[in-house]
Amino acid sequence: MSIEVSGVNKRYGDFVALENINLSIPTGGLTALLGPSGGGKTTLLRVIAGLETADSGSILIEGTDATRLAVQKRNVGFVFQHYAAFKHMSVARNVAFGLEIRKRPKGEIQARVEELLELVHLSQFAHRLPSQLSGGQRQRMALARALAVEPTVLLLDEPFGALDAKVRKELRDWLRRLHEEVHVTTVFVTHDQEEALEVADEIVVINEGRVEQVGTPDQLYDAPANDFVMGFLGSVTTLDGQLVRPHDIEVSLAPAGPDSIEGTVSRVQRIGFEVRLTVLTDDGEVVTVELTRPHARRLALEQGRVVFLSALFEPAKPVLVAGA
Amino acid sequence: MAEVRRVRNGPFGYLLRAFVIVYLVLLVAWPLLLVVTHTFAHGTESLQALFADPDLVAALRLTALAAVVATVINTVFGVGISLLLVRCEFPGKRLLSAFVDLPLAVSPIVVGLALVLVYGGRDGWFGPTLESWGFQVVFATPGIIMATAFVSLPLVIREVEPVLREVGTEQEQAAWSLGASGWQAFWRVTLPAIKWAMIYGVVLTLARSIGEFGAVKVVSGNVLGETRTATLAVEEKYLNFDQDGAYAVAFLLASVSVLCILVVFVLRARSARRFSAEGQ
Repeated sequence: MSIEVSGVNKRYGDFVALENINLSIPTGGLTALLGPSGGGKTTLLRVIAGLETADSGSILIEGTDATRLAVQKRNVGFVFQHYAAFKHMSVARNVAFGLEIRKRPKGEIQARVEELLELVHLSQFAHRLPSQLSGGQRQRMALARALAVEPTVLLLDEPFGALDAKVRKELRDWLRRLHEEVHVTTVFVTHDQEEALEVADEIVVINEGRVEQVGTPDQLYDAPANDFVMGFLGSVTTLDGQLVRPHDIEVSLAPAGPDSIEGTVSRVQRIGFEVRLTVLTDDGEVVTVELTRPHARRLALEQGRVVFLSALFEPAKPVLVAGA
Repeated sequence: MAEVRRVRNGPFGYLLRAFVIVYLVLLVAWPLLLVVTHTFAHGTESLQALFADPDLVAALRLTALAAVVATVINTVFGVGISLLLVRCEFPGKRLLSAFVDLPLAVSPIVVGLALVLVYGGRDGWFGPTLESWGFQVVFATPGIIMATAFVSLPLVIREVEPVLREVGTEQEQAAWSLGASGWQAFWRVTLPAIKWAMIYGVVLTLARSIGEFGAVKVVSGNVLGETRTATLAVEEKYLNFDQDGAYAVAFLLASVSVLCILVVFVLRARSARRFSAEGQ
């Protein structure tokens, strides 16, 4: 295990930011810390980096006890949401910073900087100032800068949070590819479930200072440990008092079985390739259902139509227990 | 820039502009111009006479020394206090912030008297002790430097503080994570980021220090050739009906101030360009 977090607590006055966090992050993996804003995920990342100190608990990085180690000595690469570019230095000097601090020979620094700029596709911008780059380019520069010192672990705090949707998506794919090339243990913080599901090998869901669940994207999506995880990863609705995914509800025009629930379509919304139905059941429950357009057309769904709903799968049961 | 162009071009706009111009001419430009014309009424004769007078050269040298030393002190402390005000939380922080502005609010004469009360050689609070160690403050160069430093204290702080606040701490944290020590991070990252604000503050401090009169008058004792500064020389020459001499020294002092303002003007234009480039 590359990073071992055990029994970490952190408070800010009355506010509990982290509560007894126990976590193992595997070597060479790409792990997402996912959760809502203010849930403690950034605090945890900063505690791992040494930018914050935990009130209690310990941090091991590659077997070394880093709990009392200063950030300078932990050999971690840290990437900030707002890039934290050194504004007065050229892109190349930014990337060279860590190596200059380590007093490496000039020739070596130059070669390494060129190699890294190649890796992040910024070779032609080496002599520009950060202010002359786009947000996505700045973040790639920040990534090259962090990688320059060959960190044991790479920590990214909402790395794409300040970018627009299209650039975010590009950088996500790019980060995934980069990780396959570089293979450094990477932990990134995000509040975007899609980002986590798409990029990460493993996801740690954090809420209100606690770890809710750890697992692969599939495990988390298909077998959420609790209602919070289920609700946070993808949309949910209630059917017969139980949480289900809106696309896991079968709609039919006649009762499909004894468990079918009768209701009336109160709204039909078309969103791109899918159709979202709002159905008011006879028990007074408002259920959201998602289905494909051809399917909706086949059933000739429209407002006021009587339909029967049944869950395609059994409602999810907790499988992985947090921190276990 | 859009707001700057919102000048009304109706008759009211022209009236307003005329008013401002008349006001500035009567209050600033004309009097200053008269200083220049008086100085050069007999060619460069009066300026040459100045530099031939060893007492006056000593006065100019003392003013330069006091201004430079006070500026160095205020730059080092100013950056330090700014860091304290922006980065640290401690009880009494608002009080400290208010204290920093005090020198601007208090009359320099009061500053001078206060310094005499503390450091006065005969019956000051601390002065006799210092003097018994052979260190004279009041009626000597240290007192002049202290008075000058006191009145120009807030200028660097008030320039650097907002920039420091805006820069934030992320760049420093990034530097730490790359292995830089606190000092390296300050030297390589923070200082370059506040460089222009600092230079701006230094220029203002220098201009203010060179022109200081009230506080210096009280603490200097005005000993000819020893503790008489250039501003005190202007007053004395004026009172002694040496108007040409007074105007010549005044011209020298004003030229340095104008030069300072020009430097600030150029720096401002430069930083404005930098900011608009960063805003993209």
